[in-house]
Amino acid sequence: MDSGRQDPGTVEHGDYAIETRGLNLWYGDFQALFDVDLGVKRGIITSMIGPSGCGKTTLLRTCNRIIERLGYVRTTGSVNVLGHDIFGDDVELVQVRKQIGMVFQRPNPLPISIRENVLFGFRLHEARLRRVTAAEEDEVLESSLRQVLLWDTVKDRLDKPATGLSLEEQQKLCIARLLPVKPEVLLMDEPCSALDPAGTEAVEELIWRLRGDYTILIVTHNMAQARRASEECVFMLLGRIVEHGRTEELFLSPEHSETADYIEGRYG
Amino acid sequence: MFDATALNRRSYRAQGIAKAVFCLMTVALVVPVLLIIGTLIYKGGPAISWEFLFTPPRNGMTEGGVFPALVGTIWLVVVALLASVPVGVAAALYLSEYAPDNLLTRTINLAIINLAGVPSIVHALFGVGAFVHFFRFGTSILAASLTLAVMTLPVVIVATREALQAVPQAFREACWNMGATRWQTIRKVVLPNSISGILTGVILEVSRTSGETAPIMFTGATAFIVFLPESVFDQTMAMSYHLYYIATQQTGVPEEITFGVALVLIGIVLLMNAISIGFRVYLRGLKKW
Repeated sequence: MDSGRQDPGTVEHGDYAIETRGLNLWYGDFQALFDVDLGVKRGIITSMIGPSGCGKTTLLRTCNRIIERLGYVRTTGSVNVLGHDIFGDDVELVQVRKQIGMVFQRPNPLPISIRENVLFGFRLHEARLRRVTAAEEDEVLESSLRQVLLWDTVKDRLDKPATGLSLEEQQKLCIARLLPVKPEVLLMDEPCSALDPAGTEAVEELIWRLRGDYTILIVTHNMAQARRASEECVFMLLGRIVEHGRTEELFLSPEHSETADYIEGRYG
Repeated sequence: MFDATALNRRSYRAQGIAKAVFCLMTVALVVPVLLIIGTLIYKGGPAISWEFLFTPPRNGMTEGGVFPALVGTIWLVVVALLASVPVGVAAALYLSEYAPDNLLTRTINLAIINLAGVPSIVHALFGVGAFVHFFRFGTSILAASLTLAVMTLPVVIVATREALQAVPQAFREACWNMGATRWQTIRKVVLPNSISGILTGVILEVSRTSGETAPIMFTGATAFIVFLPESVFDQTMAMSYHLYYIATQQTGVPEEITFGVALVLIGIVLLMNAISIGFRVYLRGLKKW
């Protein structure tokens, strides 16, 4: 038992989509994560909150190993995703990234058409293994865009550049382009922080719709968002996980005084 | 209440002087260019004709045209580009997209910058030693072009690297996160979005290469040869060297012809630059962010 961090008793080992054990991470000499033990349950939305620089984004980016692009990163401990150690020797990074999609703070559609954006990953992974017909591509395109509630808005301008969309639409598109390769896990790094309130609401609604089909781990600075849009919540401070539990419990009756202080806005 | 104070007036005076000085410097920059081109057109213009461009020099270069030199310059530039562009672009891709930021990479970058600062006559001597003698290419287009290629390599690398680095990092992250390898990322996203910058750098290199004299004078250019080159192992005339030769080594060449040669040479350079600018404008228009 992890000292009450997790909801006691109800979870078995195989229910975790992401499970870290004793994860430490250094940027050069600076240690950013300390002994992180985290279990993210399958099929629900888990949010991560905490003050700036507490390691939320670092932890998120470790889950698909994108963090390694910075050459000076060192880790110890293990990260299991869907029961496999992603730091294992036999792990193919391309497969890791395919299974674990990521959405960024600023929408980053590629400077190509909407259609090509959605089909980018699909063409990268599927179309190289077998012949894909145009009809199949259209189907994938439509179902992905429908899942993110964007189809009706963009169906008449699929060949227009994606960079011409509004930020909200761009962010939805960035989610849509992950779906054709059927990932299990979606990592989101403050996906609404570049959006206006209406856009935030629309994207939150979308994220909520995707729960169940995907395991979603979302970093947010917005506590109202964490409270509205997640089922479990993780509070981090200075590279450590302070508390992890059901969102309403964590917000209503936090176990640790640091959590309470943060939620009540005493620092942050 | 809103009247200018003495302090305001002093600020305005200083600002007026600064503006006048900057404007003067800008004019001073343009004047020599206009004077050079104006003189060339005035003195060399009458020499320019189809015959001048398409016939070889006659009568101890005191008559006739520049055709072999024009063809030779095109040979030299094309072969130099075939050598320097693949190497330069590949090196820039490695340095910008693959290489870790460590001491070795920084040393290589420093070496490239230093290579760009080496005087062209030193490149010429290197070319004589390396390509003419060591590789036994003799004085030939190949040796001269490779010397030009070595000389232009740093600029191709730097221009390419700048073009690559102008592609937002977010595009690369988006690709990596969808499971694209570095090479897929480069091919599908980085290169299509940096090709305009790379080509601009390359074309600017062409214009520079076509005007260089020192690197080719010991390695492949010859003062007078009526035959056009047939392979890269032939010697050739070249516009820049031809101009140097008739201006300083040959007596009795009419001024008109000397200036005409200079005008054709600068015409090539300006034409290349114009193509480069046009290309950049066109490709910018295709960019979608």
